[in-house]
Amino acid sequence: MSYDDADLFEYLLRLGDTDVVMAQRLGEWIGHGPILEEDIALANVGLDLLGQGRLWLQYAGEVETRFRGSGRTEDQLAFLRDGSGFRNLLLAEQPNGDFAQTTARQFYFDVWHVLLLRALSSSLDQRIAEIAAKAVKEATYHAERSTGWVLRLGDGTDESHARMQSALDALWMYTGEMFAADPLEATLVVARVAADVRPLREPWLAAIRNVLDEATLALPQGEWMQGAGMRGGKQGVHSEHLGHLLTEMQFLQRAYPGAVW
Amino acid sequence: MSPGVTLPTSAAAPNVPRVAPSTSSVALVWEALASVPDPEVPVVSVVELGLIRRVEWREKQLIVHLTTTYSGCPAADLIRTLIHEQLATLGVVNVTLVTQLAPPWSTDWIAPEAKAKLRAYGIAPPHLTAARIDVTGISPLRRAVVRVACPLCGSSRTSLLSQFGSTACKAQYRCDACLEPFDYFKPH
Repeated sequence: MSYDDADLFEYLLRLGDTDVVMAQRLGEWIGHGPILEEDIALANVGLDLLGQGRLWLQYAGEVETRFRGSGRTEDQLAFLRDGSGFRNLLLAEQPNGDFAQTTARQFYFDVWHVLLLRALSSSLDQRIAEIAAKAVKEATYHAERSTGWVLRLGDGTDESHARMQSALDALWMYTGEMFAADPLEATLVVARVAADVRPLREPWLAAIRNVLDEATLALPQGEWMQGAGMRGGKQGVHSEHLGHLLTEMQFLQRAYPGAVW
Repeated sequence: MSPGVTLPTSAAAPNVPRVAPSTSSVALVWEALASVPDPEVPVVSVVELGLIRRVEWREKQLIVHLTTTYSGCPAADLIRTLIHEQLATLGVVNVTLVTQLAPPWSTDWIAPEAKAKLRAYGIAPPHLTAARIDVTGISPLRRAVVRVACPLCGSSRTSLLSQFGSTACKAQYRCDACLEPFDYFKPH
C-alpha cells in the first residue's frame, strides 16, 4: 500500500492537534492550580505540548504545500480551522473538571504518549523520527509527574481516593480511541511512517494497572469505547467540548485576523 | 590574531564586517557567542548550555546551527535575537540561524565549568542522564532515586517538591537541612 502527502498531512494533524488541544486545556489551569507548584507544573507540561504541537503543525504546513501548492502556517492551522477540521483525540478535549479529572486525563495520555513517541522515533519519515525523539524525553517527565499524582491521590484521603477513582472511571471510555487505527493510519503504518498504536494497548494497560494497584485504585472495567470505531476525534467527529475550547483559543485571531504583537 | 581576520579598528565603518569569512574567524564567532547569556539562566551562555551545534561560513554568509532545550522553550526566539545582536557587534550581519532537531538536546552537553556556575547561582546542576531513568520499562514510571545536593548548604537531605520548577527544564526541591527551596536542572 502506498500513501500520499494528503494522508501524511492528515496524520500530522492528528499528532499536532492532540498536543495543541491538550496544551490549551492545561493552560486553562493557569492561576487556578490547587497549589503554586502545581499551577507551574501544569503550565510547563502545557508549554512542552504546545512546543511539540507547533513542530507537528509546522511540518503539516510544509507537507500541505507539497500537494496543494500553498500550505498553511502553524498559526493558521491552529487558529483558523473550525472544530470539524481538528483531528485531536477525544480524550484531549475533555474538560478539566477537578484536579483529579485533569490528573486522570493526563495520566492516561502521558503513558500512551511515551509509548507512541518511542515508536515514532523509528519512523522512516526522518522529520517525524526527529520530532518524536526530542518529544519523548519531555513526555517521560510528564508521565512521571502524572503517575506521582495518581499515587498520591489514590493512596491519600478517602476524599482524594474517591475523586481519583471517579475521574478514572469517567474518562475510561475515551482511552480506546488511542489504540484504534483507521485505514488511513493503517496505510501509513505499513509504510512505516506512522506508529502502529494497536500493539501499544497491552504495555499501556500493564503500566496503568501497575500504578493503579499501587495507588489502591481499581482498573475501570467498561468495554464500550467512544470513537474507537472510525468515527472519533481523529476523523473530525468531536464531543461538544471542543467547540467551547476553540471559541476561547481562537477568539483573538477570529476577531482581529492576522493580529500580531 | 589569526590570518584572515580583519583587526577591529575604532575607525571601521559600521557596515564593514570586522570579521571576514575564513576558517580561522570561526573561532572568533564562537568566542562572541560564548558571551550570549541564556535568558532564563543568565550565568551560563548559550555555548555552555550546548545550544550552538555548529558554525560555518557559506561564501559570505555565516550559518549558525542551533538547537532548543525543550520543544516549548519560550526563550528560543529571544535567544535568536540575542545571537543576531551579538554577531552584529563583530560586524557580521549576513547570518542564517538554522534550528536543528536531531540529535535532541541533552544536559550531558552542558560544560563542566557551567555546572559549577549553576551551583554558585543556586541551581543544582544535572546529573548525567546515564544516572537517571529506566527507559526500557515504562512501569512503574519512576526514575532511580538520585540524591540532589542542596546548592546552598551542600546537604544531600533534600526532597522533590515538583518535577517542574520556574521553567520546564528545572524541578523544584527543598533542602531538609537548611530548609531553603531550590531549583534542580533536570537531567534530560
